[in-house]
Amino acid sequence: MSSRVFITGIGIISSIGENLEETLISILNSKTGIAPVKYLNTVHKELPVAEVKFTDRELFDLGNIPYNELLSRSGLMGIIAASEAIRTSGINVKDIPTAFISATTVGGMDVNERYYFDFIENNSKNKFIPTYDCAESTERIAEYFGLDEYLATVSTACSSSVNSIILGARMIKNGFVDRAICGGTECMTKFHLNGFNALSVIDKEPCKPFDDERNGTTLGEGAAFLILESEQNAFLPGKTIYAELAGYSNICEAYHPTATSNLGEGPYIAMEKAIKMAGLSVSDIDYINAHGTGTINNDSSEGLAIERLFGKYIPPFSSTKSFTGHTTSAAGAIEAVLCIIAMQNNLLLPNLNFKTQMNELGIKPIREIIKNVNIKHTLSNSFGFGGNESCLILSKV
Amino acid sequence: MKAYISGIGNISPQNTIEKGYIPDHYLEYKQEFMTSVEPNYKDYIEPLARRRMGKVIRRSIVASSMALKDAGIQLPDAIITGTGHGSIEETESFLISMLHHNESLLNPTPFIQATFNSISTQIAIHLNCISYNSTYVHRGLSFESALMDAVLLLNEGSANNVLVGGADEITKNHYIMTKRTGAWKEELISNKDLLASKTKGSMAGEGAVFFILSNKKLNNTYATLTGTKTFYNVKTSDDMNQHIIELLAKHNLNPSDIDVFLTGINGDFDKDQIYYAIASQLFADKTLAYYKHLCGEYFTSPAFALWLASNMIKRNYISSGVIVKGNKPASLRHILIYNRFNRYEHSLMLISAIE
Repeated sequence: MSSRVFITGIGIISSIGENLEETLISILNSKTGIAPVKYLNTVHKELPVAEVKFTDRELFDLGNIPYNELLSRSGLMGIIAASEAIRTSGINVKDIPTAFISATTVGGMDVNERYYFDFIENNSKNKFIPTYDCAESTERIAEYFGLDEYLATVSTACSSSVNSIILGARMIKNGFVDRAICGGTECMTKFHLNGFNALSVIDKEPCKPFDDERNGTTLGEGAAFLILESEQNAFLPGKTIYAELAGYSNICEAYHPTATSNLGEGPYIAMEKAIKMAGLSVSDIDYINAHGTGTINNDSSEGLAIERLFGKYIPPFSSTKSFTGHTTSAAGAIEAVLCIIAMQNNLLLPNLNFKTQMNELGIKPIREIIKNVNIKHTLSNSFGFGGNESCLILSKV
Repeated sequence: MKAYISGIGNISPQNTIEKGYIPDHYLEYKQEFMTSVEPNYKDYIEPLARRRMGKVIRRSIVASSMALKDAGIQLPDAIITGTGHGSIEETESFLISMLHHNESLLNPTPFIQATFNSISTQIAIHLNCISYNSTYVHRGLSFESALMDAVLLLNEGSANNVLVGGADEITKNHYIMTKRTGAWKEELISNKDLLASKTKGSMAGEGAVFFILSNKKLNNTYATLTGTKTFYNVKTSDDMNQHIIELLAKHNLNPSDIDVFLTGINGDFDKDQIYYAIASQLFADKTLAYYKHLCGEYFTSPAFALWLASNMIKRNYISSGVIVKGNKPASLRHILIYNRFNRYEHSLMLISAIE
């Protein structure tokens, strides 16, 4: 059993790049992935989105994945991100038992919305029927890499992939496995674009996290996976340790089916617990990757919770959703990877589109990229529908 | 670390709401799919809140309240749900409306209810329980994943009492759609004839079963959850035999210690053969039992099996209505539950009498 868990590989695909290198280039150039709708078949052309800039067909070529029409966009992005994570870690996934834990927010809704009436009305035995549910992409990604030791799919709305990372870490600490590949993948669907839009939480302009004139989030898509390993495995010769997963938390605020309480009680408890678990104090945190969706409710309650918890030690913070959009279930894993990129490159990541100081807050996010900063401890926040609040502390080793 | 099953609430197609229900006599269903016997919701949930809730959420809240009351606990330290589909009815409602109205004039309520974590989080809201909260959505392993998380929490010492459950619902449309994959029988059949059936497909069902898993024995504790494990893509019955032997060995047991082998036999003749093969190879002189004629086939039906096994252990009694083969054992010490979903997802749950 290992009391410590380390990240030994990372992989990412999002609207700002199809791998780690492209992602870093976009950040260094403050280049957002948010743009008008191009790939999703929706009538809501007025809403900006952060799409991965490839068609499904192009994703097969990008990942050098044998064509299979049943493989969904979420599955494709997941394979591409997990491939990079496995490559950067140099592991052979078959040499020791490896858990594979993925996360989803709307499951196979892309398939449902395309074929639903055919599923119901025609006796065509549509071959996509078995692919409509939550575990489809998890099983296809696992199958691609030959992972069959332990599989799970987590769904805590917008904090899903944080909880897939937490589960992997706990399985390692409990001695169930020595290695877990954890993360999440989510493609854009009409279903959740319309769901969020019906809730009036989508901005007609690219999202402006922590800005007084923010008016909602921008949805995005992508995937990220991280290789988690036990202490004895992580320190074997030839390994690169990207970070230590020093702390984490999961708390349900039990306040409202979609909103966070005004003073951000759930976010406050979640951040406090994760910092405490890492054995740190608030003044040790060098950077917060905020949940920062850009909705009126989130940024206000999260900002107030940060002020209340950190007091006079407010660390630099930003919402990278201004780059990647809100990638729902994938967001937690994507933002964990971005925290690691920040630590590796000594960069404080900016919060794009910030202009006006929020009325109720005395704090403001990082506006421009800041280089040559030694970042030792990062806090990543992910808060989901129903008050599923989760945080990660990733530390430089 | 021991995990005790200390409280249960079960909303199912049988009269499991009634305290002390035993499936000696069970309800017959000769229809396309089995639906749950509804509880008296007004005893549990305010009418206004209830109207907004999806069916599976309402049932889960009632089953959770029943489990807490059964265990004599006010608030759990964690809430974990496994669900294959969450609120299908609400998902369909939002989806159909979106497709019919060309993505306009949408009511967001069904969208919220359809979000898979709505079951766990609305239980938390109902109980005002600020605690660990998670949801697993992995097909036929959804409930077992939730159960494993609950065991981890107890091991870690981060919880004393975990509310953990499995919940799914069925709708007409969902039945129609999944029938096209060969999941359900073409012919109309009674659940009483499921075992004798020689055709393909099973009978669809639904249910919401919640448990209190505790690290200490409580007044009403049923049994211990000695071990549980999930497996993916097990290719042969020999491989599964090996997994079973390993799980039992980990707890210093061997197949001869198992009194009842409770399986996911669901009437799909070809797919059921693995259960019979394992039963004859490992448990030839033991009692072979099944449960899906009571609740139907659905992603989280193993939660129903855990309810059944826990009750059997507590009462030291097995209903003849669940026996496929073998005698009524004189005493029930260990029950092994084995379920397989669609060839790929396999799970084991080992339940034992309290020391």
